[in-house]
Amino acid sequence: MSIVHAAPPRRWRGEGLKALLWMSPWLVGFAVFFAYPLAATVYFSFHRYDLFTLEFVGLDNYRYLLVDDRAWAAIRNTLWLVVLMVPAQVLFGLGVAWLLTRLKSGAGLFRTVFYLPSLIPVVAGTVSFVFLLNPSGPLNQFIELFGIAAPDWFGDKDWSKPGLTMLAMWGIGNTMMIFLAALLDVPKHLYEAAAIDGAGAWRQFRSITLPTISPVLMFSTVTGVIYALQYFTQAMIASRVAAGVTDSPGSTFVPGYPELSTLTLAQWLFHVGFRDFSMGYACVLALLLFAFSTVFTLILLRRFRAFDEGGDR
Amino acid sequence: MHRRFLTFALATLTATALTACTAGTESAPALGSQPKPSGSASAALPASTIELWHGFSAPAEVKAFEDAIAGFRTKFPQITVKLVKGVQDDQITQAVRGGKAPDVASSFTTDNVAQWCRSGTFQDLTPVIKQDGIDLSVLPEVSRSYTEYDGRRCVMPLLADAYGLYYNKALMKGSEPPKTLSELTELTKKLTVRDADGTIKVAGFMPSFQYYENSASHLAPMVGATWYKPDGTSAVGSDPAWKELLRWQKELVDWYGYDKLEKFRKSLGQEWSADHPFYKGKIAMVLDGEWRNAMIANEAKDIDYGTAPLPVSDTKPDLYGSGFTAGTVIGVPKGAKNPQAAWELVKYLTTDTSALVTLSNALRNVPTTKASLESPDLVKDANFQTFLDIFAHPKTSTVPANVNSTFNQDSLQEFLVKWENGSATDLDAGLAAVDKRLDDKMKLSGG
Repeated sequence: MSIVHAAPPRRWRGEGLKALLWMSPWLVGFAVFFAYPLAATVYFSFHRYDLFTLEFVGLDNYRYLLVDDRAWAAIRNTLWLVVLMVPAQVLFGLGVAWLLTRLKSGAGLFRTVFYLPSLIPVVAGTVSFVFLLNPSGPLNQFIELFGIAAPDWFGDKDWSKPGLTMLAMWGIGNTMMIFLAALLDVPKHLYEAAAIDGAGAWRQFRSITLPTISPVLMFSTVTGVIYALQYFTQAMIASRVAAGVTDSPGSTFVPGYPELSTLTLAQWLFHVGFRDFSMGYACVLALLLFAFSTVFTLILLRRFRAFDEGGDR
Repeated sequence: MHRRFLTFALATLTATALTACTAGTESAPALGSQPKPSGSASAALPASTIELWHGFSAPAEVKAFEDAIAGFRTKFPQITVKLVKGVQDDQITQAVRGGKAPDVASSFTTDNVAQWCRSGTFQDLTPVIKQDGIDLSVLPEVSRSYTEYDGRRCVMPLLADAYGLYYNKALMKGSEPPKTLSELTELTKKLTVRDADGTIKVAGFMPSFQYYENSASHLAPMVGATWYKPDGTSAVGSDPAWKELLRWQKELVDWYGYDKLEKFRKSLGQEWSADHPFYKGKIAMVLDGEWRNAMIANEAKDIDYGTAPLPVSDTKPDLYGSGFTAGTVIGVPKGAKNPQAAWELVKYLTTDTSALVTLSNALRNVPTTKASLESPDLVKDANFQTFLDIFAHPKTSTVPANVNSTFNQDSLQEFLVKWENGSATDLDAGLAAVDKRLDDKMKLSGG
């Protein structure tokens, strides 16, 4: 016996069309800025593509990823930044904001001082920071006053990523301001009630402050992770300045100086695509970056949802 | 409805993705596809405006380019040439890709020539070279080699760079410039001045591959090291010359002490400023290009210096006098609006003796045709003549054109840094790994 599907009532179809019409700006944006680039990236990832000529190569670009030790170094570095730099940046921003809420006087001055570095253009800020951490720069001279051998921050592969983390922490102005606003928004009476119940400072912070500011915390962490996954300019500039290279014919510069320790996935993707003209392989790296971003964002959203539900209880 | 919408969306996406695969459309016929206009070439060409993109940006360089083109304007008054300065290779590639190519474009480096030739970013000049009966033997063989790839000559050499040794006569204390690597080592040790704690005050010679112009490509001719085997695969791991160069270099780095050398290197001034360590008497001997002569004339007039070819392997004395060369290249990109007029400009700038001599005198680069090299109008002195001789030496070499030229050079460079800082100790294994990386990348690029 055949099943006959009834046509949807005319009124529903009209409403469906209306809904599509209202959604069309979003649909166009989605198609142009997300679906098409994603589909094109997948398509090109199966091709040898030098921006001009296109040749189908099947899985060759994916196979090359397995032997590309620079890509693996870039992945390791990027994950390092996500796992260590982002929490350091968020915690530092939160800590500074919390301290600023406690200041009785001079809060305006300190807010300005901590916010100023984020106003400096990224390239200028990075160049200045690398000079500040130069082997014979002021920071190292200060450290050496205590008889400690100061590291060659951006010249030693073991110190370059901590150096970049310090640079990120130096520029926490925006994060700090968002946290400051969130902290000042926590209702005072909750603290008063908790104090009457005998809750100490840590208990108040854990049970009142954190749950109240958790949306801001989630926003900062998720955007921080996505930013770290796409980390490019600071690493590129810091490595070039530290290496002391110049662009001249025949001179070479390997991104990630020293010894690939500052090479990030975004840098390698750019280098492969626009310096080596291996756009098909760059698409594979782009898809990998997309997969990492999706996975991290989903994990964070789940963690924060669990945190929120726990807080509600 | 839902399914139909999805099908439509998918079809649209696929179609758009597929159409995105083609590069910018050409707006004019390709070079040589039409018969040459009859009669006098200068009068036969129609009036047009052509755009030339070049990488020069300093006022003196830009003026030199303007001066060199003055002769073309006299010869072809109906053609207006617009110059656009300070253009980098990426911009050229993107412009051609986007269908907004200039008529003529030039590049400071030869590293992208192979890729440009293979992909058709620059048009093959062979048909018009034949049409105009140009004898390419007027160009030195090495310049011909870095301007073509796989049978396609897509650019012409404009000016060349040659690399040699600069030495500070006061710091040399009467010593003659070294001719062999062992003499260079000996002299370096003799001329180096240190503080009591070993800190370097004056270096005889900087052996670090990380120092300014000390790239593998510039140093390779000292030992006759080759980049590729005849089958196109990497020769870095199998050519013993590379090992000789690296062992010599490592011995000198270790003599200085890597940490001391790095501290000294990082204390030096910028390469392109008046604080260059050679001007300041901090280094007695440096590897550099012929253009440093012009910079010294402008920025360090008082320095008493001399130039010589780079010292060579003790076992290959016949290499002495040769060196590394590469240079500026110029061609007609795909999609040029006035390709015939563009070719006339390229031809003029790369084969006209007067234009080349004007440019060379202004920029102090090596002119690239035999006639311009021998021209009485070419301003020469002993220090510049050294580089003209290096350029003309039959064993002078370059990095052969390769689609992965930049990748291959920086892959080797990456290993060289590990080698000199001591984190890589097995030379054979390290160079074999570089070989593998280069060959894997060549396969990916379809070589």
